[in-house]
Amino acid sequence: MDELRKAILDYVIHEYLEDGDADDVTTTTQLISGGIVDSFSMVSLKRFLEKKYQISIPDRDASPEAFDTVESIAALVERFRKGN
Amino acid sequence: MDHRRDYDACRQGFTWESVERELGYEPGGPLNIGWHCSDRICRLGLAAKPALLWEDHRGERRTYTFDDLRLLSNTLAAWLQDRGLGAGERICLFMDRVPELYLGFLGVLKMGGIVQPLFSAFGEDSLWTRLDNAGTAAIITQKKHVKKVRRLRERLPDLRLVIVVDAAEDEVQPGEAALALEALPRREDFTVAATTAETPSVLHYTSGTTGQPKGAQHVHYSLIAQYITAKWVLDLRSDDIYWCNADPGWVTGTSYGIIGPWANGVTQAVLDAGFNSEKWYEFIERQRITVWYSAPTAIRLLMRDGADLVRARDLSCLRHLCSVGEPLNAEAVVWSQEAFGKPFHDTYWQTETGCMVITNWPGMKVKPGSMGKPFPGITASVVDPVTGEPLPQGRVGLIALKPGWPSQIRGYWKNPAGYASKFVGGWYICGDRASIDSDGYYWFVGRDDDVINTGGHLVGPFEIESALLEHAAVAESAAVAKPDPVNMEVVKAFVTLKPGYPASDDLELEIMNFIRKKLSPLAMPQEIEFVAELPKTRSGKIVRRVLRAREFNEPVGDLSTLMND
Repeated sequence: MDELRKAILDYVIHEYLEDGDADDVTTTTQLISGGIVDSFSMVSLKRFLEKKYQISIPDRDASPEAFDTVESIAALVERFRKGN
Repeated sequence: MDHRRDYDACRQGFTWESVERELGYEPGGPLNIGWHCSDRICRLGLAAKPALLWEDHRGERRTYTFDDLRLLSNTLAAWLQDRGLGAGERICLFMDRVPELYLGFLGVLKMGGIVQPLFSAFGEDSLWTRLDNAGTAAIITQKKHVKKVRRLRERLPDLRLVIVVDAAEDEVQPGEAALALEALPRREDFTVAATTAETPSVLHYTSGTTGQPKGAQHVHYSLIAQYITAKWVLDLRSDDIYWCNADPGWVTGTSYGIIGPWANGVTQAVLDAGFNSEKWYEFIERQRITVWYSAPTAIRLLMRDGADLVRARDLSCLRHLCSVGEPLNAEAVVWSQEAFGKPFHDTYWQTETGCMVITNWPGMKVKPGSMGKPFPGITASVVDPVTGEPLPQGRVGLIALKPGWPSQIRGYWKNPAGYASKFVGGWYICGDRASIDSDGYYWFVGRDDDVINTGGHLVGPFEIESALLEHAAVAESAAVAKPDPVNMEVVKAFVTLKPGYPASDDLELEIMNFIRKKLSPLAMPQEIEFVAELPKTRSGKIVRRVLRAREFNEPVGDLSTLMND
């Protein structure tokens, strides 16, 4: 797993899950549509990623779909790291 | 009278007594919401009719008939009684939208308990505040949420039993019980508690400007209003498949996610999953949803995702769309007309009213951005905030209702002074400002207090500020609304820091997560501004309205009483 995906997954597990609930969470687990994390909580993840990777993610791109899995979040970050 | 045809005639001839007769209720006789939503429907010959079409994000699906509701709610009610829980005791439902939440709601009511639904995303502080205030005797929850409850147990002396619906016997601790409801022998016969119209039924906690959230006490008589408003405003018919997006942790999810549709014998579909517009449309298409009760925040997210997703599905099943929680902006109404071929009808009400009070009526002209007109049987007005006198058409005042509609709360739990403060000049004051136009349509202007409406949920600033003060770095705090294009408002906090704690992005994020875990994701400030001082009166009271006005680019008003402007 690359550093970006690990950073996102670690943040999700540490900030949003109870001890012992992280075992089944992978990079493709549906976080929002799966009811594990709600979309309001993702604001803090967005803030964390913007600070860590020195990017700015427009609100219109920070949709529940974009934040639904670690993979989709990583894709979003990579898009803005490349300046798209 | 076909309510879809003539609002004025319907209003003129309406009486709540006519609804009582329709439901077979005799004044002074027994009345139980749980029975009316299950047993009565079976007695009408609809026992085999699907009541609940449930599915979750993993694709697991279950169907429950009205007879299933009757038997399983009997079973749960008996199970609770066998464990020493009795009439009048508060029993909390702290679960995701799993079948046990819906069955538990009916079961608790049938055994005469007071059901206390709580949003499953509540953090420990929010959960403790509400359980402690209510003196909750038992809580029904799931494995994923029970750890939160366990950490609070010692501070909840009234909490006798923690019930976990998806735990095995060896997974529960002392003082807990595993409940595999559908594995139990079904109870055909159960003596429903002798509840009457004024027997307390549901306790919903709601936030205000001052103090901690208050327990809004409903009674079984609320059924009269919830039944008829569901039938007429949602236009529910016997062959409908109805979908209400609201979580039963909030009043919409109980009044119109349980009571309204099932008292009408209508099939409803429930999707236990987070927001995803493609999945939502697939669900509507596959379940053939005919009536959809959603919320402006969700509708704005659907707008953002575009009408192409709508056109990719056959949503011709949709007949009637309604919205609740916050004012539905005109743009969203226009968009829904274009995307779905019909507009979302805004409906206005609140926890304390228990039912819709001002609504857009099926068949009535929709004025995009308007709340609509008072429901028959509701006397509404816009009044002067000081005198309570009705104001002329076009003037902005406070939305007010003449007390006495069936689902009006009977009080705030252990807070008679708080309840009394809701009445001015003989009117119940809703706390929102509006005006009435020449056609009698109501137009929302804004809250009259400091409560924040985020994503259709009310959040009280006091609760947030109190939690902020518990963070080591925070000296003073103020929480106000900040405009948001999707959620209408989100929480913004202004904080002064203690010496030794420099402001930083990391500290902002730390405090955000601190609040989210203590209270809820809704209460989490989405922005924290570190300031040198907060605007205060000379007596030292923080003046939130100044901060809020700046966020909304509105005039800040009279600053002469401020100490430090």
